[in-house]
Amino acid sequence: MSSNVTTAGDLPVYNTRVVKQFAIMTVVWGIVGMLVGVILAAELIWPDLNMQLPWFHFGRLRPLHTNAVVFAFGGCALFASVYHVVQRTCHTPLFCNWLAGFTFWGWQAVIVSAVISLPLGMTSTKEYAELEWPIDIAITLVWVSFAVVFFGTVMKRTTSHIYVANWFFGAFIIAVAVLHLGNSAAIPVTAMKSYSAYAGTIDAMVQWWYGHNAVGFFLTAGFLGMMYYFVPKQAGRPVYSYRLSIVHFWALIAVYIWAGPHHLMYSALPDWVQSLGMVMSLILLAPSWGGMINGMMTLSGAWHKLRYDPTLRFLVVSLSFYGMSTFEGPMMAIKTVNALSHNTDWTIGHVHSGALGWVAMVSIGMLYHLIPVLYKRSQMYSIQLINLHFWLSTIGTVLYIASMWVNGIAQGLMWRAFNTDGTLTYSFAESIAASYPGYYVRLFGGVIFLSGMLIMAYNVWRTIRGDEPKQAASAEAQAA
Amino acid sequence: MDEGTLQGIGTVLTMVAFLGVCWWAFSGDKKKDFDEAAQLPFADEKTSSQNKNK
Repeated sequence: MSSNVTTAGDLPVYNTRVVKQFAIMTVVWGIVGMLVGVILAAELIWPDLNMQLPWFHFGRLRPLHTNAVVFAFGGCALFASVYHVVQRTCHTPLFCNWLAGFTFWGWQAVIVSAVISLPLGMTSTKEYAELEWPIDIAITLVWVSFAVVFFGTVMKRTTSHIYVANWFFGAFIIAVAVLHLGNSAAIPVTAMKSYSAYAGTIDAMVQWWYGHNAVGFFLTAGFLGMMYYFVPKQAGRPVYSYRLSIVHFWALIAVYIWAGPHHLMYSALPDWVQSLGMVMSLILLAPSWGGMINGMMTLSGAWHKLRYDPTLRFLVVSLSFYGMSTFEGPMMAIKTVNALSHNTDWTIGHVHSGALGWVAMVSIGMLYHLIPVLYKRSQMYSIQLINLHFWLSTIGTVLYIASMWVNGIAQGLMWRAFNTDGTLTYSFAESIAASYPGYYVRLFGGVIFLSGMLIMAYNVWRTIRGDEPKQAASAEAQAA
Repeated sequence: MDEGTLQGIGTVLTMVAFLGVCWWAFSGDKKKDFDEAAQLPFADEKTSSQNKNK
């Protein structure tokens, strides 16, 4: 199919430069984004930490945190793995290297402009799409280039099959392009101010069609593609069922797109749309768990590897968190459950169960696999530090989500408590006072998770520098 | 055609599509193709590990 096929037995010369760039920036933006998250958690306890300056206000830093962790950290992790996986599984170097380089610098420019414009208060106010219209145009350019590089590489593949990970990556790239263009439609009024092209309830529906599918295609389909390559690779065995992965793919992409209305329960949205969103969210449990089981069962017969391979543990535990949060999500989409959970900290806990437990941990596992491969090292500098990072991540995530469950249910119950005469039992401020213990635990969990990221940065730096792996001898003994 | 009929048609079409994908994925003659495809993540290892060993 392709022009630059290499002779049999030889491997093509892959473009590792752009993969390395994105892999390193994944670590950097992960630390930045999670640090902002920790600052926000602290501001919720001690509001004066904003120093009475508008740039450090919670309302301005919060979108910076979400954009930094989702699009900077998660985005760089996706770019790195898409570029790595598509070359390796298609047996061909990237299509158009300079364009791939452009996506790296373009994406970094978008992130830096977010870091500047969001604290200055320039925002479209659309959740997860706060960046103003000139930045939206830049995102579109980078994304179209990304699509050209990816699909160009798939088209010049020298293998007959397109590996399932690439199907997920392809769906992720196309869906995010459609979502971004649809939701960002706006009328510019000045250089950094625009108004949405939609009005009222329709605007809300378009926003959550975008918002939920940012979760579905950016944070799920893309990372499932990552999972379908790195779990088999790290476990050293092919995916449990390739057939299930095909059913998983089509079912997931067909159902996710309808689930957005569950963000707008009991709103002005027509009842039938709310019900549709609820039912589609419940159906979503099936493909989500199908994928999770497929990933987990890849280890069947090789479970012992979990004992001495913390990288594999990262990947497998990320799947457990994926299973947990994709059970919790459909449950929270049930109208009666949503009546309790909506607008409470439970939602924040749910998001972080997915974001820390699934997205971050699968990305971290991916990096620990990828860094030695990219830099041609036998293994990471310290396996012990990976193990430490694993426990810090797991404990940090559990503390975070457990405290938010307690807070969320307490808030939901307090807000709906009525006295016999019909007045509210608790004022809003009383529910905040009751939330303080949870806020402390959440901050503690976040600090623990962030400290793990710093350990990873150190480990990655030592590995890239080429330092002698710490216990290479003992690892060989284990392998023998 | 009223709304209920449309919803019914939609449900049936979706189910047919889903069963179609399942039938296609699980039909016997695809097994060899899928086994090959499932090996793709490891295809770049053979050569490099051979080189390393020699």
